[in-house]
Amino acid sequence: MSVLIFVDQLDGHIKKASHEALTYGAKIAEQTGVTAEAVVVGAVTEDLAALGKHGVKKVYHVQHDNLKAFDSQVYTKVIAQVAEQSGAKVIVFSNNSSGKALAPRVAVRLKAGLVSGATALPDTANGFTVRKNVFSGKAFATVAITTDVKVISLNVNAYTILTGEGTAEVVPFTATVDAPTMKTIDSTKTSGKVALTEADVVVSAGRGLKGPENWKMVEELAEELGAALACSRPVADAHWRPHNEHVGQTGVAIAPNLYIAIGISGAIQHLAGVNRSKTIVVINKDAEAPFFKAADYGIVGDAFDIIPKITAAVKKVKGH
Amino acid sequence: MKILVCISKTPDTTAKIAFTDNNTKFAEAGVQWILNPYDEWYALVRAIELKEADASTTIHLVTVGGADADPIIRKALALGGDEAIRINTEPTESYLVAAQIAEVAKGYDLILLGKETIDYNGSAVGGMLAELLDAPYVTNATSLQIAGSTATIKREIEGGEETLETTLPLVVGCQKGMAEARIPNMRGIMAARTKPLKVVEANNVEAFTKYTEFQLPPAKAGVKLVSADNVEELVRLLHEEARVF
Ligand SMILES: Cc1cc2nc3c(=O)[nH]c(=O)nc-3n(C[C@H](O)[C@H](O)[C@H](O)COP(=O)(O)OP(=O)(O)OC[C@H]3O[C@@H](n4cnc5c(N)ncnc54)[C@H](O)[C@@H]3O)c2cc1C
Ligand SMILES: Nc1ncnc2c1ncn2[C@@H]1O[C@H](COP(=O)(O)O)[C@@H](O)[C@H]1O
Repeated sequence: MSVLIFVDQLDGHIKKASHEALTYGAKIAEQTGVTAEAVVVGAVTEDLAALGKHGVKKVYHVQHDNLKAFDSQVYTKVIAQVAEQSGAKVIVFSNNSSGKALAPRVAVRLKAGLVSGATALPDTANGFTVRKNVFSGKAFATVAITTDVKVISLNVNAYTILTGEGTAEVVPFTATVDAPTMKTIDSTKTSGKVALTEADVVVSAGRGLKGPENWKMVEELAEELGAALACSRPVADAHWRPHNEHVGQTGVAIAPNLYIAIGISGAIQHLAGVNRSKTIVVINKDAEAPFFKAADYGIVGDAFDIIPKITAAVKKVKGH
Repeated sequence: MKILVCISKTPDTTAKIAFTDNNTKFAEAGVQWILNPYDEWYALVRAIELKEADASTTIHLVTVGGADADPIIRKALALGGDEAIRINTEPTESYLVAAQIAEVAKGYDLILLGKETIDYNGSAVGGMLAELLDAPYVTNATSLQIAGSTATIKREIEGGEETLETTLPLVVGCQKGMAEARIPNMRGIMAARTKPLKVVEANNVEAFTKYTEFQLPPAKAGVKLVSADNVEELVRLLHEEARVF
């Protein structure tokens, strides 16, 4: 019996979210007294044996010409074959772009109950219950999975990566692979160096910035912090910033360690996408802005004056 | 082309989130219900746009829910769509919903859903439905073009976007970018009253999960304000106290 973790990769690089999922899955294995195993689909440039440092004992590696493009229908059948071989009782995905397509499919294929967006380890003392975010971060729910096999997708940034000693045995896995129906015809990077949903630090600005021409100072602060950029919805709607930077109830939901909100009022729909951030800093000239109620730190003042000063102070702390 | 759009109802985005019955149920008293924004703005409107480009297209809407979902499905019909089906059972979890929809979803070329509901944040029904129908599935889709039986789709991935090509029939989970939000006009609202809304009884489907308890997050300790004249102090706090960079 095992806990099987799906390791997600992009262009051969294992995503940060997968290291979280590996740590999380290995902990569930430890808790339930079974082994942790992982599955990697497609060619990777990284050393898979090294994934053992998160506690997985075995890595099944499936490679096939038909697996070059991400195709949830084809991948699902492959993962189900590995799950069967591994004797998986729990299968863990990241609740990211790949996991959202795969976890529900794999769950149906294995007649397993799914909890998506888990935020903590399952409680296995009495049945099997998992805590997840609901109402866009405004509440938590405890969900019981009643099937024999269970599928969990773990929220990005919800579980701290642990790195210890250990190497995993890497096992090539020969699967029956269908011909894909998906063809990738183009792929573009839309954001800066740091992907918004994976970022530790996010710098975000709203209508208080007055116009797109003023984003340079926001970008400079983000650059200094190694942060991803985000914005409120009206900013994306007005095409000041690309729509993929829009965070909130109807945009991207994020949970970074640090979220800096500049010139954003803090409407409930905006908060819904960012309230899982560990530390929230609000810069707003209006002391009554609702965002201050959700903030950990704040400055009441003019963004145009304050942003360059923050950038300078961060530079100093970092010794640049 | 035959399109099926999956419609769900959710509490208004500003609704107060509270629970009753020993924290086992969402407190519905006084809550305004709306069409799930992803279903309305992106899935349904994109279907309407496709029909406007090709008049031979038909759009059916489906919802899994009790009679309390009727006003929501009528509102969806006021935006567009030819007829609606309501599968009469409480939508208690994703698998149950997907399995019910799968019963009526055969024979459509395109099935559009929202990428997730804003209440239970499952992002699961689309993938489950696709697996039940053994169809290709793309979610977090920001654009969808159809030419004959070929679909070209953009989907958002971590830090980027991918353009994919696949064939119909197809299941797509829609998000921002897919279409421009619309509001229903008077003609649509009048027409919606006479559009067919078929109620079908649900099949017996076993649920795989059960919500047992809800909790509100712990209250924040309160904001620590730093003077605008002392920006360096804020940076020091973030570095030394919160240790977030
Ligand atoms: C169904 C629905 C879904 C929605 N989904 C989302 C969503 O996903 N994400 C989202 O963001 N919004 C969403 N909204 C919109 C949301 O309700 C707010 O309208 C929006 O978040 C406001 O954006 P904002 O804070 O940038 O602008 P505003 O509300 O205009 O606030 C601008 C802020 O900047 C401050 N300011 C002005 N000048 C300065 C200055 N020089 N220095 C410092 N501060 C300054 C002002 O005091 C003010 O607080 C949604 C709305 C609805 C109805
Ligand atoms: N009760 C329901 N009836 C019909 N469609 C639904 C229902 N619940 C969810 N959906 C569809 O599935 C999508 C994803 O929902 P979920 O997986 O619950 O987050 C929604 O955006 C809807 O398009």
